[in-house]
Amino acid sequence: MSLKNLMICLMILVMGCMVQTQGHAQDIEALRPQVNALAKGGFKETEAQVGALAAIGDPVVAPALEALSNGDLYERRSDGLVVIGTKAGADLALTDPLTGEALGTAPAASLTKIKVNNGLRRTIRSALGGLTLMAPDPQVRMTAAAAMFKSLDVEGLALLDTAMAAETDARVLKAMQEARAAVLLAVDAPETTKLEAVQVLASRGDREALSILTGVAANAQTPVALRDAADRAVAAISKNLVFWDIGQNVWYGISLGSVLLLAAIGLAITFGVMGVINMAHGEMVMIGAYVTFMVQEVIRTSAPELFGGSLAIALPLAFLVTALIGIAIERGIIRFLYGRPLETLLATWGLSLILQQAVRSIFGPTNREVGNPDWMSGAFQLGEMTITYNRLWIVVFSLLVFAGLMLVLKKTPFGLYTRAVTQNRRMAASMGIRTPWIDALTFGLGSGIAGIAGVALSQIDNVSPNLGQGYIIDSFMVVVFGGVGNLWGTLVGALTLGVVNKFLEPYAGAVLAKILMLVFIILFIQKRPRGLFALKGRAVEA
Amino acid sequence: MMKLKSRMAGLTLAGLMASTMMGGAMAEETIKIGILHSLSGTMAISETTLKDTMLFLIEEQNKKGGVLGKKLEAVVVDPASDWPLFAEKARELISVNKVSAVFGCWTSVSRKSVLPVFEELNSILFYPVQYEGEESQRNVFYTGAAPNQQAIPAVDYLMKDEGVERWVLAGTDYVYPRTTNKILEAYLKSKGVKDEDIMINYTPFGHSDWQTIVSDIKAFGSAGKKTAVVSTINGDANVPFYKELGNAGVKAEDIPVVAFSVGEEELAGLDTAPLVGHLAAWNYFQSVDNPVNAEFISSWRAFTGNDKRVTNDPMEAHYIGFNMWVKAVEKAGTVDPDAVIDSLVGVSVPNLSGGYSAMMPNHHITKPVLIGEIQADGQFETVWETPGLVVGDEWSDYLEGSMDLIADWRAPLSCGNFNVKTGKCGGSGS
Repeated sequence: MSLKNLMICLMILVMGCMVQTQGHAQDIEALRPQVNALAKGGFKETEAQVGALAAIGDPVVAPALEALSNGDLYERRSDGLVVIGTKAGADLALTDPLTGEALGTAPAASLTKIKVNNGLRRTIRSALGGLTLMAPDPQVRMTAAAAMFKSLDVEGLALLDTAMAAETDARVLKAMQEARAAVLLAVDAPETTKLEAVQVLASRGDREALSILTGVAANAQTPVALRDAADRAVAAISKNLVFWDIGQNVWYGISLGSVLLLAAIGLAITFGVMGVINMAHGEMVMIGAYVTFMVQEVIRTSAPELFGGSLAIALPLAFLVTALIGIAIERGIIRFLYGRPLETLLATWGLSLILQQAVRSIFGPTNREVGNPDWMSGAFQLGEMTITYNRLWIVVFSLLVFAGLMLVLKKTPFGLYTRAVTQNRRMAASMGIRTPWIDALTFGLGSGIAGIAGVALSQIDNVSPNLGQGYIIDSFMVVVFGGVGNLWGTLVGALTLGVVNKFLEPYAGAVLAKILMLVFIILFIQKRPRGLFALKGRAVEA
Repeated sequence: MMKLKSRMAGLTLAGLMASTMMGGAMAEETIKIGILHSLSGTMAISETTLKDTMLFLIEEQNKKGGVLGKKLEAVVVDPASDWPLFAEKARELISVNKVSAVFGCWTSVSRKSVLPVFEELNSILFYPVQYEGEESQRNVFYTGAAPNQQAIPAVDYLMKDEGVERWVLAGTDYVYPRTTNKILEAYLKSKGVKDEDIMINYTPFGHSDWQTIVSDIKAFGSAGKKTAVVSTINGDANVPFYKELGNAGVKAEDIPVVAFSVGEEELAGLDTAPLVGHLAAWNYFQSVDNPVNAEFISSWRAFTGNDKRVTNDPMEAHYIGFNMWVKAVEKAGTVDPDAVIDSLVGVSVPNLSGGYSAMMPNHHITKPVLIGEIQADGQFETVWETPGLVVGDEWSDYLEGSMDLIADWRAPLSCGNFNVKTGKCGGSGS
């Protein structure tokens, strides 16, 4: 939000400079009544006024339109002047939309916000597209061309032609040609021109082009030759998209798998390695997410500039908090229940209810807002695949956690002790390992990993007391499927379940896909009771 | 544990009664009001606020001197998001605590589970949440929206003002979304929308991985026609859904999402900047600008001691329902259920959106319908509203089997499912 405002301010500055150098300050004032008229009437009147402003074709009105689209344009009640307002504490900082001059601050009550709806935003988007087609920054021109592509506005044709004549950047030129083709197909034009336009869109080959071409092909009034061309283009694009769709599904599967992995990997230690059925595992994830929330709250109130690093700060804290809770649980409850799985199950289940209600009493029952830092928001295009940054980072993060955990278990003395104790407790004790301490620390490690999983999951799920419940069944499923006691099994199991689920979902729907997954696992366990990667040898009996 | 708790409650109650009896203070007699909202479990997220709302309304009423010269006393129980427990707790409220009316329930399944209890013990339930309709019961007063007070006007708005031709009906897999989508599908088809232009999608409760569905929506939207999503996704699942929408770049200008279960409370857990322009249809928004609402918000914030606490539509429904009950009791001069049920019909009280709501003979109320767009500050801005009040229609006009049914609880008809074709009470509903 602040970035957007900054950009507006920058644009205003740039515009202001341009205006001053060109020195038509008087002309600007002539536009004033037109801008003030944006505040008159309802959506329909404002929309007409936006059209009128765009028709003047002077980029000086762009900041006003941009602000209107963002809901930052206000009418001053005292004199009916239309101003841009940006939040400055409790008040609004005002700027003149035409000259960019600062006009001081004013309380929100002295201003009337100019309302905007989706229709108006669309109109403004295409108007801005037209106004910024000749902007000096190629990135702005690119956005403008994309806006023109969506607007399908016949008025835009002439603008596009002039802009294309002056365009030097090949990428922007291509975008403009595509926008022109899209407009041509929507308006009255000779058939040969339209046929060329179909070719241009066919070579673009993405969903937006497909959308327009499908419209052309489905329209009964389209001439036969054109319809055939559109049909062929649609078929070609669809065929191409099928492959991308498979890629996209694989990615979704990996992404779901990485979430499962994160949730299950802590359980793979407490349940898989130690054999403790820990129903409160999900609550450790939930507590990790609440730690993230608290870290962000502190940062918001005392050091907002650190927000981008909030997750990095939350990670070690979440690990520590949940690891300590885990150790306390092991020392306080679980150590008395070793070898009695049913009682452990009931005790930890009761504990999970207590933890949930405790969090509910402390933080309230409603969702808490955990923000995504900038580097976790948005998406990028890989061919025709959309990859969102938060999912990408979670995949990377889960693999890092996995690798880290492997390293701890295989390469450190603590890992050696853990493996020794879980493989043969009495022998390990005879060698001088303090097995109760190792038990506590291992349980703490498993819980701590669940805590850092909570930090990651706070980015995609809602932070509420129920957060953990959604993951506990899935986590057990992954561990049992992958093979109890084997971390590699957990990795492969999580990714397999993720991918299979995502390939079932488009055909079976989310509900049935989940049921099919469970049936699949039940059948699989019948065939291989010890999971994908069963431990072999003497360790099995231990 | 529950049994123990209720026994303890009974004991304390007995103790209390004994002490008041000994004091001989008959003036201290109170009218009890039951509050049946989950304070733990999955639904606590939504229902706890309603419990607070009722405590707030009761306190305000007591400041004004109570009802019939007696103070009101709230009896709060926790049905813990457990549907059968709702019925047990309702029974406890009515037969043990002797409450005069109950305000409660959120999910349809919890309402269905308490219906027989209210019928058997003849008490009154005020139900504050938008629901799927297809029901009218003598002991229940529905202060939330019926489908024609929320879903149908929202679809009309999208069709007329946004020119939407292709529809995705996405919902959580349970009775409210399924029935609402059935009504909407029938309605859309009656408006000439073709089968291939409707996509229906259901997800489990608490669904958190929306990648596939969001990309399906994008693909469905690229067929050269304006597309919109009608969302009956419930509760916790909304946050990951909207996060995915925002990240995947589904803009409201291109594919708007109109939601029936997302209010100010749900948005409080979200960064709404990427969601500006997505819609919700309700009968009340916190942003509604009028003195009654401003007064309500400020006293609510004073009561909760939190100056950022939001208000939402089901809260307004309780506000209306409670005031209707107060007025009806005063009109009847007694809290006797039969008298109050009869006097409730026709009662009219101010609502928070600047008008009056009236209780109709079908036990549903009149409300305005507002369509709001999500703003960057987590509030809604009204972009459209019905010109007048809409009467809640319990039996949908678009479903086979229910279009011939009406409900009228006034004598001599006194029937919740009167079939106008056969002229008999007890016509088949779905």
